[in-house]
Amino acid sequence: MTDEPLLSVRALHKSFGALHVLKGVDLSVRSGEVSFLIGPSGGGKSTLIRCINFLETPSRGEITFDGRSLCHEDGAVFHVAPERVLREARSEMPMVFQHFNLFTHRTVLENIIEGPVLVKRRRRDEAIADAERLLREVGLGDKADFYPEQLSGGQKQRVAIARALAMRPKLILFDEPTSALDPELVAGILDTIRGLADLGMTLVVVSHEMSFARKLADVVHFIADGTIVESGPPDRIFDNPESPRLSGFIRSILH
Amino acid sequence: MYEFFFVLIPRHFPFLLEGALVTLELSFLSMGFGLVLGLATALGRLSGKPWLDWPLKSYVEIWRDVPLIVQLMVIYFTLPTIGITLSGFWAGVLGLSLNLGAYLSEVFRAAIMSIDPGQRAAGMSIGMSKVMIYRRIIFPQAFRIAIPTIGGYFIALLKDSSLVSFISVNELLRNGNIIISNTFRNMEVYMMVAIIYFVLSFTASRLIRYLEHSLTPRYLRRQGRAAKALAPEVAVLP
Repeated sequence: MTDEPLLSVRALHKSFGALHVLKGVDLSVRSGEVSFLIGPSGGGKSTLIRCINFLETPSRGEITFDGRSLCHEDGAVFHVAPERVLREARSEMPMVFQHFNLFTHRTVLENIIEGPVLVKRRRRDEAIADAERLLREVGLGDKADFYPEQLSGGQKQRVAIARALAMRPKLILFDEPTSALDPELVAGILDTIRGLADLGMTLVVVSHEMSFARKLADVVHFIADGTIVESGPPDRIFDNPESPRLSGFIRSILH
Repeated sequence: MYEFFFVLIPRHFPFLLEGALVTLELSFLSMGFGLVLGLATALGRLSGKPWLDWPLKSYVEIWRDVPLIVQLMVIYFTLPTIGITLSGFWAGVLGLSLNLGAYLSEVFRAAIMSIDPGQRAAGMSIGMSKVMIYRRIIFPQAFRIAIPTIGGYFIALLKDSSLVSFISVNELLRNGNIIISNTFRNMEVYMMVAIIYFVLSFTASRLIRYLEHSLTPRYLRRQGRAAKALAPEVAVLP
């Protein structure tokens, strides 16, 4: 762990037309750290992580990832890094989505090697060997030639995680990875994510699984109304919330 | 009772086949140009640039709202007065291509828009470029959705190419008319013309069905529910 954060977000704003969703967010993520973003619906959690890897272009503010500026402000002028820089950054911090978003016309194996072969320009046979190893690790070694349609939700999400890992990322973004799953499948995905954390992978997770956040997170950020209201280690956030907004939220999810 | 004059068939069939060959040439060229034009128009309109959207939208509207026969007449008879003279054949190809392109652009646009935005987001999230995303993710999925509709327009084009006989291109229908004006046996000749059109269109429709089948992943061909939802034509095949 170095002193320089892997990812740093400063005064980030995002508006959709007249709707001001992010109102100045500051966030630092250190290498090897597991950060959870929690908060009420519509508070800006998903918008924040979609802005971090530029699935949405922020309106103002600063994002630095692994020493590269993705966007910054120069006086009143908002600068966004060239597409090439953004693409490279994205390939190092892939996202796992709520609805999996596997490429429906490609097999499990093809889904996983797409990024390494096309974006990272790795040799196809190496990418395949890598993908087969990742599939075994997530417990889907026998599903390489299946199509996404033939898998359960939990299996799809594990393929999506393998697809992200195949990029050999520096950070993985999770956007509510268990929200679309049947309750009995949630535990399997959480176990997989826990496995990544144990390996020292840097994770930023938007989640409603509070008990999971409490067990796994190094830092929990509570986001409401477009700002980070409170940040801290999980025990303090869940047991001794300082702001009334957070204590209200904790009460509402416990009852 | 009408006396069917069978001897006309072997005597004039080769001349009709010559016409059918021209019909096929017209159709295939127009399909090729129409596909490219339709795809380019769809992509232009989806680019979100107003200066591109406006002219393309006007093109699509105008070409869909004017009868094809009028378009062909304008291209063949009116363009020469402003100095653009095309042979009947190429005037036909131009008219049919522009017409097909206008319709196909809407087919492509709808198919591309029907792809879940999550597919694009997933491609972006692993660092794929816009071109890669279109080439590897959007097009293969959109094309499979569009195939049955494109096929329908192809068959319509094959038959609409008969309108080109009005601008003196010696295709199937016009050759038929020429035979009739020499023999006055319209029953036999039109029967032959109709049968040739039917065989051409039917063959085309089977080829499209086969293409659609081969583009459908194997697992979708078997699974009843998914197959019905995604590829209604394929589901009824044994």
